[in-house]
Amino acid sequence: MSRLLTYAQALNEAVSLTMEVDPAVFIIGEGVDDPKGIFGSTSGLKEKFGDRASDMPLSENGMTGVIIGAALAGMRPVMTHQRIDFTLLALDQIVNHAAKRCYTSGGRQGVPITIRCIIGRGWGQGSQHSQSLHSFFAHIPGLKVVMPTTPYDAKGLLIASIEDNNPVVFIEHRWLYNINGQVPEGLYRVPIGEAKMVREGSDLTIAAVSYMTLEALRAADMLAEAGVSVEVVDVRTLRPLDDKPIINSARKTGRLLVADTGWKAAGFSAEIVARVVEELHGLLKCAPRRIALPDCPTPTTPALANNYYPRSVDLVAAVCDMLGMKPDRPFAQATTAVPLDLPDKLFTGPF
Amino acid sequence: MTSMPIDTTQARALYTKLVLIREVEELIAHAYAEQQMRCPTHLCVGQEAVPAAVGTALRPDDYIFGTYRGHGIYLAKGGSLRAMLAELYGKAAGVTRGKSGSMQLIAPEVGFLCASALVGGTIPIAVGGGLAAKMRGEDRVSVAVFGDAATEEGVFHEAMNFASLKKLPVVFVCENNFFAVYTHISARQCADNIYQRAAAYDMHGVRVDGNDIVAVYEAMREAVAVARNGGGPTLIEARTYRWREHCGPNWDNDLGYRSAEEAKNWMQQEPVKRFERFVTEARLLSADELRTIRERIVEEAAEALTFAKNSPFPDACELLTGVYAP
Ligand SMILES: Cc1ncc(C[n+]2csc(CCOP(=O)(O)OP(=O)(O)O)c2C)c(N)n1
Repeated sequence: MSRLLTYAQALNEAVSLTMEVDPAVFIIGEGVDDPKGIFGSTSGLKEKFGDRASDMPLSENGMTGVIIGAALAGMRPVMTHQRIDFTLLALDQIVNHAAKRCYTSGGRQGVPITIRCIIGRGWGQGSQHSQSLHSFFAHIPGLKVVMPTTPYDAKGLLIASIEDNNPVVFIEHRWLYNINGQVPEGLYRVPIGEAKMVREGSDLTIAAVSYMTLEALRAADMLAEAGVSVEVVDVRTLRPLDDKPIINSARKTGRLLVADTGWKAAGFSAEIVARVVEELHGLLKCAPRRIALPDCPTPTTPALANNYYPRSVDLVAAVCDMLGMKPDRPFAQATTAVPLDLPDKLFTGPF
Repeated sequence: MTSMPIDTTQARALYTKLVLIREVEELIAHAYAEQQMRCPTHLCVGQEAVPAAVGTALRPDDYIFGTYRGHGIYLAKGGSLRAMLAELYGKAAGVTRGKSGSMQLIAPEVGFLCASALVGGTIPIAVGGGLAAKMRGEDRVSVAVFGDAATEEGVFHEAMNFASLKKLPVVFVCENNFFAVYTHISARQCADNIYQRAAAYDMHGVRVDGNDIVAVYEAMREAVAVARNGGGPTLIEARTYRWREHCGPNWDNDLGYRSAEEAKNWMQQEPVKRFERFVTEARLLSADELRTIRERIVEEAAEALTFAKNSPFPDACELLTGVYAP
């Protein structure tokens, strides 16, 4: 049986189900048991599992070491961070310790931890609360990095991450929390390391990361009206990167556009372009392009943030340009009813 | 006979800052509902005595470093009210031209060098301010202001050790309001003894009633004098209480993370009225004087709000400016 769940509910269910079947699983993080329950994604876990769902001191690095130790001693911890920016305090434990343990133990040890973290956006989150730091983690051998877009993938990938014997950085996006999708009941896995074609098309491929997949699908709808057929691939796992579906799609369409939630410079979008060009050099009909963040920190004022985040209209413009099309009518953003610093009408400040 | 801890000039300075912070925070709380200040905003209503006393005990050339709950120290150190409100509205006349909003205010012209939206981040940075002063042979003092949860971060301990090791002119001021968002200190720390941690780093630690502005001022004045004279750092734990929600203008005791009873008890220890009672009973300031001070502040705050609302947004081309220093 499947039902309509939000992304937050899907995450919640994944943790709850794995905790039910495996007593080694526990969840810890700032605010896990508080009245807001990490935007709903941990609500009710404390009531159900007692101390296995717990708050923690503001000691991100130390507590990451603690879950690494617990994992080496046989537990399967999940840690949550309300903003991915807070993982920066724990980089020593994540990168120098968790990511290295397997290799430096001669393959004898694994560190089965899942670090959930949320990319913030909107309402002036600003430079220290809205960074999209996935490229950072995707650079590190020994880590796995996943970024689910849909509620279905959120649940299936989170279960797979918790069951994985390696450190997984599980990256969520705040603007996905309220979206709905069909989610089956019970345990199921979406394998780590599989990209997914989410829309079939023939003229151009958009490979998209996390929330940008939704913008890509919106762009594809707008372009379909103009007779342009766009294929969209949701990257889903950044490390290990499953480049085959992206390369195959680009081989078919001959054109690649990458849409990323992070910065363009030295960012993950460059990795995708490189993989495709390494395989398809000479077969592409035009140079690949990237739509990603401009080269500056996130400003708080909406006057500047409105131009910071690329949207579907920017993807449409890039696609038209790549196809040598002059759009015969302006593709106006349909959603002027919602201010640009909010994901939907349900959302009001300050968060 | 015990001598009066403060004189009339000090009373006036303390009261002015105390009421300035209260009135401005309340003004923001009311205006926030209009949804035009589009940035996370952490008010310090209920906690004003700490920043007001800290700011009054410092010279304009002393340094201060704070947190996202930083309106209080910004104003107490002498930052421009207009520029702060304009920043909250994301305007070009804002402190950082709309780049940083409420959480990372600065006023370098009066020594407020840095604030952070990351808990604990500015504690070691403040120690660096003290190091610079000492290296240059200046008699400036550098102050770190932070919340109780920041003492759970490793950098708090690292910073205290280094400041004490080098006898740096630093004052660590912890605003202990007992909560990190919704989590009580008893669920985060093994003991309620923040000020005692100073002893482990061979420095002086004191606990004061953070709603008693005179107590905070006295502790602060002593710590500053010691630091200025080469005596090294002090840790002050000021116990106080946040009235409104962690982030935003609303009341949230209905969420159940703390009791209405507890909040009421703290509100009865309210810092502004308490100080008014003190100064009038001690005949330091008259009720008339207090009223005049408040009226002037209310007027000034209303004028600054109008200025902020009416001033222009930064130009779109500013998005990419200021990433690097020239
Ligand atoms: C390093 C880091 N971890 C977590 C957070 C999220 N966060 C923001 S404020 C806060 C509570 C901090 O409490 P405290 O230090 O006592 O200061 P208060 O907000 O009560 O003034 C938390 C958990 C953060 N901003 N930075």
